Amino acid sequence: MSDIERDVMTYDVIVVGAGPAGLATAMRLKQNAPDKEVCVLEKASEVGAQNLAGAVIETGPLDTLVPNWREDPPDICVDVTGDEFWMLKKDGATRMPTPPQQNNHGNVVVSLANMMAWLAPKAEELGVEIYPGFSAAEALFDDNGAVKGVRTPDMGIARDGTLKGTYEPGIEIHAPITIFAEGCRGHCTKQLVKRFELDTDCDPQTYAIGLKELWKVPPERSQPGLVQHTIGWPLENDIYGGSFIYHLTEDRIALGFVVGLDYADPRFEPFEAFQQWKHHPKIRALIEDGEIISAGARALVEGGWQSLPKLEMPGALIVGDAGGTLNVPKIKGIHTAMASGILAADHLCEAGAVDGFDAALRASEVGSELKKVRNIRPGFLRGKWAGLANAAWETVTAGHSPWTLHNHADWRATEKLAAVENQPTPAQANDWQTSRDLAPRDRLASVYFAQTEHDENQPVHLQILEPDICVSRCTQEYGNPCTRFCPANVYEMVDNDAGEKELHINAANCVHCKTCDIKDPYQIINWVTPEGGSGPNYTNL
Amino acid sequence: MKILVSVKRAIDYNVRIQVAPDGSGVVKNGVKHSMNPFDEIAVEQAIRWKEDGTATEVVAVAIGDDAVAEQLRTAVAFGCDRAIHVKTDDEVQPLTAARVFKALAERESPDMFLMGKQAIDDDANQTGQMTAAKLNWPQATFASKIELADGKAEVTREIDTGLETLSVDLPAVVTVDLRLNEPRYLKLPNIMKAKKKPIEALAFDELDVAAATPIKTVTTKAPPKRAGGIMVETVDELVAKLKEKSLI
Ligand SMILES: Cc1cc2nc3c(=O)[nH]c(=O)nc-3n(C[C@H](O)[C@H](O)[C@H](O)COP(=O)(O)OP(=O)(O)OC[C@H]3O[C@@H](n4cnc5c(N)ncnc54)[C@H](O)[C@@H]3O)c2cc1C
Ligand code: SF4
Repeated sequence: MSDIERDVMTYDVIVVGAGPAGLATAMRLKQNAPDKEVCVLEKASEVGAQNLAGAVIETGPLDTLVPNWREDPPDICVDVTGDEFWMLKKDGATRMPTPPQQNNHGNVVVSLANMMAWLAPKAEELGVEIYPGFSAAEALFDDNGAVKGVRTPDMGIARDGTLKGTYEPGIEIHAPITIFAEGCRGHCTKQLVKRFELDTDCDPQTYAIGLKELWKVPPERSQPGLVQHTIGWPLENDIYGGSFIYHLTEDRIALGFVVGLDYADPRFEPFEAFQQWKHHPKIRALIEDGEIISAGARALVEGGWQSLPKLEMPGALIVGDAGGTLNVPKIKGIHTAMASGILAADHLCEAGAVDGFDAALRASEVGSELKKVRNIRPGFLRGKWAGLANAAWETVTAGHSPWTLHNHADWRATEKLAAVENQPTPAQANDWQTSRDLAPRDRLASVYFAQTEHDENQPVHLQILEPDICVSRCTQEYGNPCTRFCPANVYEMVDNDAGEKELHINAANCVHCKTCDIKDPYQIINWVTPEGGSGPNYTNL
Repeated sequence: MKILVSVKRAIDYNVRIQVAPDGSGVVKNGVKHSMNPFDEIAVEQAIRWKEDGTATEVVAVAIGDDAVAEQLRTAVAFGCDRAIHVKTDDEVQPLTAARVFKALAERESPDMFLMGKQAIDDDANQTGQMTAAKLNWPQATFASKIELADGKAEVTREIDTGLETLSVDLPAVVTVDLRLNEPRYLKLPNIMKAKKKPIEALAFDELDVAAATPIKTVTTKAPPKRAGGIMVETVDELVAKLKEKSLI
């Protein structure tokens, strides 16, 4: 399709993604150089609509960008009043000392979706141009191979590839510098890392899947500002994961569950683990008789320091979780994403070029924060207790261990069915309940609360590179784990007319979490940007 | 030919509506809003006429708070020549809207006032009809096809028994239905340009219209929750249950 005539627009800087990293970069660029023309592309229909986090945030970078923000805070913004850390057994809970990384004194609880919607007009006041509903479908390169901008997706193409009456080709946007702030497992970033071999000197990136729901609960149950975390049941054995419970105002509670995607058993279902956890007596007591308001899922990066790819390439930089700046023991990535954006803008202003940004980031506070905690997450590879002991060691020594533990690609961690067949399933091993009654009933019911939308008549945005593998090998070897790890029930094995199994992709349900692109054991699922504006429409997640 | 087209900012059709805890209405804060889809169809029609030379000028008009400017910019990105924003922070009901639209029609003297047949938020389906009555213009509602010739509009309407074709003299109010057209995807360069275009702002008193709404919302409630169904094992059990509830 390279012979299509495309409109071309030119800017000084393009930022891809209006999350914390992207907006911070754009705002700081305008603060440093008001006459630079900065354009931000965002794939969601509105800024914030596809941002999902807990979220307890450290406010440092926000103080830098918007010094008086507390005079007009986001709608959802509660000072942390207490921290609790619990170890769950199937029907009991034991309070544990809160790990130092999770001491949240001085932090605030926000909704990331709500905070981004609040921050966008402030960026626009500075002169940043934000275009929600337009994603970067691919990066573009000049004759020397440097990034020269991005292309937006073509609109109005039917599922079978024919052009509809409304067909509108995407446009090219060119700029001397493009900043990729796509968040975890960025679609363009993935291609750039490969093309420029940005990950040759680091470990593979590792990930987790985060599932979240917002509930309205009966009066007196929410204690605004209370931050609770749990580990243990329903994942009592080898699976790394835990939950968060953040109490908000107006009888709202944010509940979430995070599971490392390095789990081994292909029979495991993260969504089901989250739902089981909600039925634990301690959690159930909070939400029973309440009402679910919204739900969603998003992958998060866990690789930290040793998995950080090179963050610069000719013509472009990578900021935030597109690179992987999240601090795993703290489960916080918003402040580091914003700080990396500020740093990128400052670097561009001072150096006038991308060169040196990677080194500057590693030498910055973001770099030292990540380096200090680098060994904590990989320590959990040997199980929960070994992990906790290692975490204590790393904390006491403030990350000065002379070694760095290595990360391994999550998809490689998946065992074949044959290897786990004789072991109890995660459900059996953890004694999961056989029936549940709290909403949502299943993944389809959950998708309804994500308000996700895709025009059904567009090319499927989940490309299966070698479709034969799904039926021929994957069914036998792994039992089609995509039908279990996808939180939105996008993948289904169905009988076709010939009575054979076939993979059916309900692309319209996709919530853009990117889990399939990460965890698929053959690495043949490629998530690409659908028509602009498609995807979840989160409120207050 | 000059066309006025009305644009309403409404809660997006994808949003799961929640009733405000105090019963004052539905939750609008932090909720995605967009142009009423029927208005989008009206704008699309007007722009198609502009592109084929039938229309010389298309003016988008909207009533509401500052946020409404966003939908007017969308209309300009579609290709409207100008946009007029009649400002108010109060709730606008169909009769108030009709009064404003009458005043605007008198100022602008269009040949046609195109509107969506209804807005998907209150589904009132009244504003077009009231505007026509106030202006004493002919009206054709629920248009699924519009043909223009000799100072008249031939409008095909979707009605319960099938299709009906009306011929109305211009100027007229025409409200549009879903099947009239499929709105285009907006081009990014057009959105960029629309950001820079001025929007004319007017106050109610500049138009000599009273802002007061005649109808007050007393309370808003969600429909009662459906009690869960039960499974019966046998026909006898079913009959017994129905008898128990005095249904047979
Ligand atoms: C369940 C969960 C809980 C979390 N809890 C916390 C917490 O309590 N505190 C905390 O600090 N952090 C938390 N995090 C981590 C935090 O959300 C991330 O670290 C942070 O959002 C990263 O910011 P970012 O801007 O790099 O990426 P994102 O927030 O992911 O933003 C990326 C943006 O880019 C857009 N985008 C992506 N690709 C394209 C494209 N090709 N074209 C256009 N737009 C694109 C996306 O729609 C999105 O808006 C949590 C994460 C999860 C999943
Ligand atoms: S299809 Fe992939 S990206 Fe979409 S919801 Fe499922 S796992 Fe997430």
